[in-house]
Amino acid sequence: MIDLSLNTDLTRKILTDFIRSEIGRAGFSRAVLGLSGGIDSALSCALAAEALGAENVLAIRMPYKTSSPDSLAHAQLLIDQLGVRSLTIPITEMADALIAHEADMSNVRKGNIMARCRMIVLYDQSEAFKGLVVGTGNKTEILLGYTTLYGDSACAINPIGDLYKTQVRQMARAMQIPAPIIEKAPSADLWANQTDEGELGFTYEEVDRLLYLLVDQRYSPEECVEAGFDPGFVRTVINRIRRFQFKRMLPPIAKISNRTVGYDFLYLRDWGT
Amino acid sequence: MKLNLALAQINTTLGDTQANLEKHLAYIQEAKRQDADLLVFPELSLTGYALQDLASTVAHHPAEDDPIFRPLLASSLDLDLIVGFVDVDRRRRLFIASAYLSQGKVLHIHHKVYLPTYGLFDEGRFFAWGDSIRAFDTRFGRLGMLICEDFWHASAPYLLWLDGADVLLFTSASPGRGLKGEKMGSAVWVEQINRSYAGLFTTFVAHTNRVGWEDGLHFWGGATIYDPDGELVAHGPYHEEALTVTSIDLNQIHRTRARLPILRDERTHLVQKELQRILSDDRPFS
Repeated sequence: MIDLSLNTDLTRKILTDFIRSEIGRAGFSRAVLGLSGGIDSALSCALAAEALGAENVLAIRMPYKTSSPDSLAHAQLLIDQLGVRSLTIPITEMADALIAHEADMSNVRKGNIMARCRMIVLYDQSEAFKGLVVGTGNKTEILLGYTTLYGDSACAINPIGDLYKTQVRQMARAMQIPAPIIEKAPSADLWANQTDEGELGFTYEEVDRLLYLLVDQRYSPEECVEAGFDPGFVRTVINRIRRFQFKRMLPPIAKISNRTVGYDFLYLRDWGT
Repeated sequence: MKLNLALAQINTTLGDTQANLEKHLAYIQEAKRQDADLLVFPELSLTGYALQDLASTVAHHPAEDDPIFRPLLASSLDLDLIVGFVDVDRRRRLFIASAYLSQGKVLHIHHKVYLPTYGLFDEGRFFAWGDSIRAFDTRFGRLGMLICEDFWHASAPYLLWLDGADVLLFTSASPGRGLKGEKMGSAVWVEQINRSYAGLFTTFVAHTNRVGWEDGLHFWGGATIYDPDGELVAHGPYHEEALTVTSIDLNQIHRTRARLPILRDERTHLVQKELQRILSDDRPFS
């Protein structure tokens, strides 16, 4: 049986405890995060506000000139509801300075530039606000590699990275995230009318059920097909998972010495704390 | 005979034995104030759990001249203690260990026999495998200690039972996983088997577990005591530090065994004979 439902109260307690503990152990008490107007960053922001206190969370809206006005409005709804600190830092000027270097740049390149401009803004504000960058990537997009490396995937800690998109929705409802944020079609909003599901070619609902079998339940591809999934869909998803493994790892270091970072120099981040 | 049993579920500082020692001493003070006879700390309570390359730097062998064990041994004049630590032998083998300290002496050391090295666990990479499972005598009778993965192998508590242990003391650093039901999946699994052991062996089974985070792993606490009928007699909170002090009546063991003499009827020679046959096969688990 495919059951993605969560105990939302317990999940909420564990994730807020994680944010408080891991930010505290790094020597900080504040968080910075990018608020897109979408459900993932809304949930991360609500968890951070509950964990650290609203006054210790800085939510930053970073619109590009083509961003949907709804995104800004929805982010503002959440800022008002939670009472977190906020800034609006448009990235149009910085992104366009690079985009203008080449005619006919592809949407993918522009989208990557925007995601990485936002990363620069967040890490700059991290230093200014003395807060750690809290990640907003969910398990579905991490597994599918639907993320810009060193862009939206960049963060100090990620409280929602083990929640599938459908579980993010469940948590968002439990935490009373404003309905328009929960109900709208998920979008990276990198160009007009882009939707995640349009770009991926399948719905989160479908793919989460398949990922749950493949990853959590360790089903073989054949067993997934027996469970009722289309063989082509199973193949596509498995290929995506494998192809984007590099986005889930630090870059490999070529081993020369007897002791090498990443192979046999092994310590947790929480070392000594 | 009554035993006032205290179960500490604590967070630790990863790799800082001095800081962890100080927390132990504070819990010892509180347990003394509550008239505890025996205070149990979780797995690797003096060091933290996911030590990796820190393992050799936090190793201590329990002895009076050791700076970490000296104050603990002094404290054991007032109440018995079980502490979790990294033991080191003369040939620099490192073990995940529990020590039973009483009246200023080290009564028993258990080296973790089963080191999980799969999934999220990597213990076998850093530690040597313990090679004995023994019960030992204390002022409260004969006891047995196991550490986390040890008690996922039914043979381990079974051996302690046959070796005379009437109270089984289990310690863990169990990472929480599985969030469907009322509590963590890992808590459900551990509680099920501990309750089963208590009932199957007609013994007390006490368990305590770490709390807090190490990077993205959290430990869920939830100390428990089951009595020889398999009934829950104490339960610490989940996910937070706590000291759970409970008076248990060791005479309950006699009463349960009068009703249910399964220890008396255990056919150990039959077990031995069949084990010999099974193990003499070329493919014992085929």
